[in-house]
Amino acid sequence: MDLPSFGHVFQTLLDSRNLFFDAMMLTLQLTVVSIIFGIVIGLFFALLKISNIKILGYISDAYVYLIRGTPLIVQIFILYFGISGIFLIPDFWAAALALAFHNGAYIAEIFRGTIQAVDQGQMEAGRSLGMTKSLAMRRIILPQAFRRSLPPLGNQFIIGLKDSSLAAFISMNELFNVATTLGSNNFDEMTYLIIVAIYYLLLVALLTWVVNSIEKKLAVSDR
Amino acid sequence: MTEKEMIRTNNLNKCFGELHVLKDINITVYESDVVCLIGASGSGKSTLLRCLNYLERKNSGSIVLEGKEVDFKKDSVNEVRQKVGMVFQHFNLFPHMTVLENVIEAPIHVKKIPKAQAVKEAKELLGKVGLDDKMDVYPSKLSGGQKQRVAIARALAMKPDIMLFDEPTSALDPELVGEVLSTMKELAEEGMTMIVVTHEMGFAREVADWIVYMDEGRIIEKANPDDFFTNPKEERTKEFLKTTALK
Repeated sequence: MDLPSFGHVFQTLLDSRNLFFDAMMLTLQLTVVSIIFGIVIGLFFALLKISNIKILGYISDAYVYLIRGTPLIVQIFILYFGISGIFLIPDFWAAALALAFHNGAYIAEIFRGTIQAVDQGQMEAGRSLGMTKSLAMRRIILPQAFRRSLPPLGNQFIIGLKDSSLAAFISMNELFNVATTLGSNNFDEMTYLIIVAIYYLLLVALLTWVVNSIEKKLAVSDR
Repeated sequence: MTEKEMIRTNNLNKCFGELHVLKDINITVYESDVVCLIGASGSGKSTLLRCLNYLERKNSGSIVLEGKEVDFKKDSVNEVRQKVGMVFQHFNLFPHMTVLENVIEAPIHVKKIPKAQAVKEAKELLGKVGLDDKMDVYPSKLSGGQKQRVAIARALAMKPDIMLFDEPTSALDPELVGEVLSTMKELAEEGMTMIVVTHEMGFAREVADWIVYMDEGRIIEKANPDDFFTNPKEERTKEFLKTTALK
């Protein structure tokens, strides 16, 4: 197959912008929802892991092992076909939750690492001032851990954005699905694949910018 | 003389696994006393200090705080800790907060005092340690000596009855030791009850009411500074003083 000409790709990009716009918004929604839920889930399992109660640590280990040990597409299908058999779950939420639980496992490991990397003396200083363990965790440890988590989190966000393309397989009309559909309808797959790649690059650039801005804002205490 | 008893330990023991770090420690500290704990590293002096603040849990014996035995099951350790301030060797300032925020953090979130009042008191304390001009900078901008003075102000902000100092000048460059010691000296002169783990013999001699010498987890000798430095009774104390005099 020959590569399409630059002019053709550019013209198609312009012509298809309305079709891709909705798809891009859906991809963005899937990503943002799965990131937010992924952070909550990740923080929850990270706190289970570092708690002094062994059984909670094992639960966290099991979760991380199950999620990291199976392909995302399998998880999406299980949620979509499996759970939908028990009670109806909208396509969007099947995809978003699968992505959230998937990201959550990796984010849990990120948070666990950065929480444990905060100097022991910080907790001791908080406790010596009369803080409870949970107050010291919330006010002293987590803000510092979160800041150190940002670079690996940004990385995970980008992975999550691109992983959302797998929602195409449960017929979500996100970017990748629209690109392949338009490509085969127009017998012009390569053009639409290049176009969708451009959309992903744009979204990744946007995400990177957001993460970098937050990082800069939080780095104020280093200056 | 009826002095108020601030803190007392009865046969306090602490083990780290097989290692017996504190052996039957009996110590009583009265109000406004400044007690310096000295001894070689590994003698248990820091562990004793950390036990007094429950950062380490004793294995046996008891700790009596202001006439009341602290029972782990009944008393909230957090309330006990509010009466006992602690200053650490490595400062342990909160790096994500400004100097002022470091000082007002616990009064606002633990004692629940109004922010305006906390800020007012924090400013006074920072003025006292000579750092009111550094209020809005982050700890990373401060020298070691300044950090330790902020840490002292932070502990004082909780209005503790007793202050514990765990080698407060050991991590400092030599030229910064003086400013921290003079802050501590002022505090002692104001009548604060203080227990200080230190290697600064000059400070101990000048400021302490009592010197407690520890070795291998035991209290070997307790004396007032003059007797301790000029006329030590125990053989091990003499040996220790010889080695420190050489430095």
